[in-house]
Amino acid sequence: MPAKPSVAPRDWASQPPYVYPGYKSTVKRGPTRPLLPLKSALVQRNAPVYGHEDIGPLDHDLTRNAARNGAPLGERIVVTGRVLDEDGRPAAHTLVEIWQANAAGRYVHKADQHNAPLDPNFLGAGRCLTDREGRYRFLTIKPGAYPWQNHPNGWRPNHIHFSLFGQHFASRLVTQMYFSGDPLLALDPIYLSAPERGRGRLLSRLNLDVVGEAGFALGFEFDIVLRGPHETPAEA
Amino acid sequence: MKLTQTPSQTVGPYFSYALTSEQYGYDFRSLFGPVLAEPQVAGEHIRLTGRVIYGDGVPVPDAMLEICQANADGRFVASRAEGLASGFRGFGRCGTGTHPARHYWFDTVKPGAAAPGEAPCIDVIVTMRGMLLHAFTRVYFDDEREANARDPVLAALPAERRATLIATREAQPGGVAYRFDIRMQGSKETVFLDL
Repeated sequence: MPAKPSVAPRDWASQPPYVYPGYKSTVKRGPTRPLLPLKSALVQRNAPVYGHEDIGPLDHDLTRNAARNGAPLGERIVVTGRVLDEDGRPAAHTLVEIWQANAAGRYVHKADQHNAPLDPNFLGAGRCLTDREGRYRFLTIKPGAYPWQNHPNGWRPNHIHFSLFGQHFASRLVTQMYFSGDPLLALDPIYLSAPERGRGRLLSRLNLDVVGEAGFALGFEFDIVLRGPHETPAEA
Repeated sequence: MKLTQTPSQTVGPYFSYALTSEQYGYDFRSLFGPVLAEPQVAGEHIRLTGRVIYGDGVPVPDAMLEICQANADGRFVASRAEGLASGFRGFGRCGTGTHPARHYWFDTVKPGAAAPGEAPCIDVIVTMRGMLLHAFTRVYFDDEREANARDPVLAALPAERRATLIATREAQPGGVAYRFDIRMQGSKETVFLDL
């Protein structure tokens, strides 16, 4: 019987641990017992089904998808990159969902009480599907840094949250994209929770050539590598 | 030469206006929500509900759950068109921040067994502020005693841990509910799967 394609295991040398004391909330929320291993045959669940029809025409453009009476404040940026598997093969037509703070470092979320202004023209949520080459593209505003309660005078580096499924239930990824050279990175326990081997994957890099129109926006490139593929030997 | 996996990072406390927008009342269309099965879908309609409980025994108000399951015949949805035609999505998403007691809930049908020898189950992803990467777990049903006894995943567990994966059937005024609490830590810590 031929081997079935499945999803490669989590690479614990590049993934953060469940409990990372520098990020205090993990101490009471992260599982502490060993995970129960499953035979691959039992875990071949697919990602949810969706299609291009589910994506609105402005879902990828955060500078316009919540505009009421003008453009949002802040630096316009293009964020683009490819979604790949560990063999470098593109994840085509896969969903990418993002959310972020506005240029002042304030989230629309009702629980965010940071004393920085909301922007009436900015929600901070977007989504798109990758193309055949696994490429996604968003137009947005560069998010601001904001304080959090983890440690005295702690500030999160500028970041954009990403949520992806890939092709398998097990290739689910929720992560954050940062900006290379941000001096807050060296102080951020969430970023530092990722082992050094994987940390570079969290950094976008400036690439003005991805924008396509001179003088319009800064461009940042951010490739994402999902788990897989994994060839499982046929079970006896 | 393998590419290094992108590390997971926490979903944080502010995901809801993007990932669960309609449930939380934000003006942004949701692709996934707590309803997996429209009324016309064949099978026993159930509500799966419970809380996510962290170290101190307190329910988590900002967790997000995603579930994936087969239909009542044990089949998974193969395409968007099939899901639209049948009214069964096979996948749901719900946050714990809108219910006063911090419950999550999914309105669905009880799944059939996905393969011979396996008990009916629902796969779950749980994530929240304070988790750097999501956890996988699985819901089984307490009225499937025989199937549960043969199931290879449950069989791999000592009895006291097995109980953490089994939902309890409750008759409620609106219909049948299965109660399934997820305990992140402690003596009754839920079994999480290496998946």
